[in-house]
Amino acid sequence: MENAAHLDASRDPLLIAEEWMKSGRDVALATVVETWGSAPRPAGSHLVIDAEGNFQGSVSGGCVEGAVIAEAADVIESGRPRMLEFGVADETAWRVGLSCGGRIRVYVERLG
Amino acid sequence: MDPLNLKKLNAERVARRAAILVTDLDDGRDRLVREGDAVAGDLGTAIAEAFRTGSSRVVEAEGRSFFLNVHLPQPRLMVIGAVHISQALAPMAGIAGFPLEIIDPRTAFATQERFPGVTLYPEWPQDVLKQHPLDTYTGLAALTHDPKIDDLALKAALDAGCFYVGALGSRKTHARRVERLMGMGLAAEEIDRIHAPIGLDIGAASPAEIAVAVLAQVIRTFRSRDAARQPKGQAA
Repeated sequence: MENAAHLDASRDPLLIAEEWMKSGRDVALATVVETWGSAPRPAGSHLVIDAEGNFQGSVSGGCVEGAVIAEAADVIESGRPRMLEFGVADETAWRVGLSCGGRIRVYVERLG
Repeated sequence: MDPLNLKKLNAERVARRAAILVTDLDDGRDRLVREGDAVAGDLGTAIAEAFRTGSSRVVEAEGRSFFLNVHLPQPRLMVIGAVHISQALAPMAGIAGFPLEIIDPRTAFATQERFPGVTLYPEWPQDVLKQHPLDTYTGLAALTHDPKIDDLALKAALDAGCFYVGALGSRKTHARRVERLMGMGLAAEEIDRIHAPIGLDIGAASPAEIAVAVLAQVIRTFRSRDAARQPKGQAA
């Protein structure tokens, strides 16, 4: 429940990220930092990804998660953060887009 | 993200304390700012604003881009009194984003039949609040009219720095309440934080209308709250 007064450890991306790290997994964190138009998830939303491509959370309604997960593998490998941009306006740069017509910037970084 | 900052951030979130993760988008470094921490300059101004609004965003300061990810605890309400007003307040507060729980030791009042789907504690406030402590992101409304039930809860709310404290009762009733609370060792300026008579003055007449007045006052208090306010005995 979005309105719950207490965090749900089984669904909260940041608690999951900490758990994964503790168990020795390599973890990347993707964060929506800016949105324009009718973006599905607000700034601050997280997707957490491990080196095997397991993920929790969301940065969109499912439209761009696949591309973010692919980028996360490179970020985990290199350790260098990346800024990704998605939207209907950049079909040439990105094969995926937001069907809602909004645009988002997603920051992807490695934990540690 | 620095793993240590992730641990610290999660500890704050689990404890229902507000924090902002500040990420420098140029070099990738991050740091954690807790509510009440002093941060200088334009960045500090933007951080104070972000704590107030709760909106995460990119800001430009000192010639750099920072992402402020604001983590505010879910605000909530603790209501003392499973009364008629509470029956109207419970669904409205939930819709407005303030999930609500009710304490009332009078088991005839605190029944699931009267409050379907609402978390009820049919016990004394002082016992419940030991298990479920109040905090700065909790508002408390005392609605029983009974000093035996309301007074200790009001003191607990002021001690915990609840963002909103309201008490039902006329000016006369409240004047007597102020005397009792002073007798319990509370200072006048703390007691002044109690909204009484409760609710914005919208001429509310029915219990449901009073609930609207209370909820409006809760929202106004939350949206204009002082970000630096801390519970008693804790340095800002």
